[in-house]
Amino acid sequence: MSEQMMSMQQALNRALADTLRNDPTALILGEDVGTLGGVFRVTQGLAKEFGAERVFDTPLAESGILGLSVGLAMAGFHPIPEVQFDGFAYPAVNQIITQLGRMNYRSRGVFPMPVTLRVPSFGGIRAPEHHGESLEALFAHVPGLKVVSPADPQQAYSLLRYAAGLSDPVIFMEPKARYWQKAAVDMDTTQSPLGARIARPGKHVTLVAWGAMVARCLQVAELAAEDGIIVEVVDLRWLKPIDEATLTESVTRTRRAVVVHEGPRTAGLGAEVAALISEHCFDTLKAPVERVTGFDVPYPSGDLEDEYIPNIDRILFGIQRVLEHRRG
Amino acid sequence: MAEVHLPTTEFEEADAAHGNQHGVTDEPNADAEPMVSLLSVEGELTRDETYSPYLDALSAEELLSFYSDMATVRRFDQEATALQRQGELAMWVPMTGQEGAQIGSGRASKPADYIFPTYREHGVALTRGLDLSLLLRQFRGVSNAGWDPRETNFHMYTLVLAAQTLHAVGYAMGMARDVAAGLAEAAATIAYFGDGASSEGDVHESMVFAASYQAPVVFFCQNNRWAISVPFEVQSKVPLVRRAGGYGFPGIRVDGNDVLAVYAVTQWALEHARSGKGPVLIEADTYRLGAHTTADDPTKYRDRAQEDAWRLKDPLLRLEKYLRSLGLADDEFFAKVSAVGDELAAHVRAAVVTMSAKDIGASFANVYATAHPLIAEESAWQRAYEASFADAEGVAE
Ligand SMILES: Cc1ncc(C[n+]2csc(CCOP(=O)(O)OP(=O)(O)O)c2C)c(N)n1
Ligand SMILES: [Mg+2]
Repeated sequence: MSEQMMSMQQALNRALADTLRNDPTALILGEDVGTLGGVFRVTQGLAKEFGAERVFDTPLAESGILGLSVGLAMAGFHPIPEVQFDGFAYPAVNQIITQLGRMNYRSRGVFPMPVTLRVPSFGGIRAPEHHGESLEALFAHVPGLKVVSPADPQQAYSLLRYAAGLSDPVIFMEPKARYWQKAAVDMDTTQSPLGARIARPGKHVTLVAWGAMVARCLQVAELAAEDGIIVEVVDLRWLKPIDEATLTESVTRTRRAVVVHEGPRTAGLGAEVAALISEHCFDTLKAPVERVTGFDVPYPSGDLEDEYIPNIDRILFGIQRVLEHRRG
Repeated sequence: MAEVHLPTTEFEEADAAHGNQHGVTDEPNADAEPMVSLLSVEGELTRDETYSPYLDALSAEELLSFYSDMATVRRFDQEATALQRQGELAMWVPMTGQEGAQIGSGRASKPADYIFPTYREHGVALTRGLDLSLLLRQFRGVSNAGWDPRETNFHMYTLVLAAQTLHAVGYAMGMARDVAAGLAEAAATIAYFGDGASSEGDVHESMVFAASYQAPVVFFCQNNRWAISVPFEVQSKVPLVRRAGGYGFPGIRVDGNDVLAVYAVTQWALEHARSGKGPVLIEADTYRLGAHTTADDPTKYRDRAQEDAWRLKDPLLRLEKYLRSLGLADDEFFAKVSAVGDELAAHVRAAVVTMSAKDIGASFANVYATAHPLIAEESAWQRAYEASFADAEGVAE
């Protein structure tokens, strides 16, 4: 066992270093990822350790970064591009959807796309506009892509190591609000990087969350316990594919579910989660699945983000609604 | 001085300057590229056939106001940086060092021209008559914009790099149609963007479209040598001005720290655009003396020596030398300018502490231009949610 206390930023940095060490085809590219080590310092020191051939700054163009990665992957490399902020993945969306997501399919497997796209994601750091977007629903909708988001340093290390070893494109959404919180990381963990994980077992209601919302749901569970409500928290981790078995198993036990996410409600990933739960747990459910989400407004200015992102009270209200629901 | 790169002569000029077939050198050699520079670092003015007439037309007061504008926006920039340090702003984007490029180009524009800034054009904002305290709303986190762009024809800041360059082309086309229909006076747009943003596909597309439709747009690139930590050489091996020839419109490289040259060149370009001759690219050679933003630490990627070298080319210093040499300005003038700057700083400081976001309820107002059931539902839910706390508090009392 090699447990160490580290922040998510450090855990990701370790995962990237270990990937570069073990996989000679791995490359890191993006804006400011070289000398500076990225604006969040996730790639700090890597250009120095592995050389500018393998960790390099690109011209400032996201479509270029992703298109280049597709080409490098075709040539047998394993690119790990970074897009500096969630909102700046949009200029790359064409390459991600029309090329990265379907190259393997179109080439009938001749060109698999082992590309791990790291995107500092979601809100919570009072950043200006376009620095707090939730892209999971957009990318989960695209055939050929996998989407994953770590909730803590351990998940960050394990999931990035795993994602970077896959032959399929993965959108790796790093919750920037959690970059600096430290926790113990076991680099040799035997915990599977696949599927969802039960972050806290409970029995009265299942909270389903990912990314930065997992920590908030754990806080909620703590508070609810004071009132005798035993909340189970499922950290979904993989947003595509979604681990239906863990979800079903949990909700079958608790018979109530609340899904929590930062992005807008309409056609958000919560809708997919709610649909899956109704498909698999219709007969056992005691209440409709509740969604606690951002509003259907463009991400607001920093001063208002705490009112936009689901807070503890709103999640507690959601729990209350499913607990108090009576079938008509 | 062969500063205007007309499309037909572009390659010949490049060949002459670089001594090869394709106008491409192995090493980027920006210094070899012709550049309009009228006011030297020593404060001496040279004459230029094309551009000096624009300066000849300036009165003494106007000349002095170029200096006071630059000094005032620099003082404003310092105050905003201080406000960030004191926790009043979430972030600030300093522009110190780029006063020449911004004041010179902004002063060349007319009220009817429409300006598309990036997020660093505080100097241009000043020349457009915007209350500079409004620039802070976005950086305090109380708004995603901060002012009504119609009042000054100074667009909202755009944080998605290069996106505004295409808007500038579309808007310019719209203006040209109004002019053709006899509905408006001839006017142009200016699209500001950085050396980093120049790599974005949107810049390429905007130039293709502008050339194709001969839109009245001036592309104004402030090449401040850095895109956060990435030096210009990563973006391009040749000066950006050379791209203009490829698209088929004139390109002019100008000393961005020479406010008078920038003013003259931008006047020329705007006249060219307004008169229906199509777009112009201006590459202003300048330098960001401070950090990219208050969240950035330039010591991680660049040498002090480079900053020091650029400090010697300070746009304010050389104009001060020139004005003093002409006997137009004395200590009293400079003291007065600095008092004006302090006054603005005090105004901005007083304004910023009163700025707060309306509650999230206001966010529902403009998501759609017309009523929308989903928004109505969420807005009602949000009001009820807020009210539930008020009730709870009422009961507790
Ligand atoms: C599309 C997009 N990608 C990335 C960013 C993040 N970002 C903000 S400023 C910047 C550097 C811009 O450099 P440059 O265009 O030279 O302008 P300068 O900051 O020097 O004025 C980057 C990478 C962004 N705002 N938009
Ligand atoms: Mg720049």
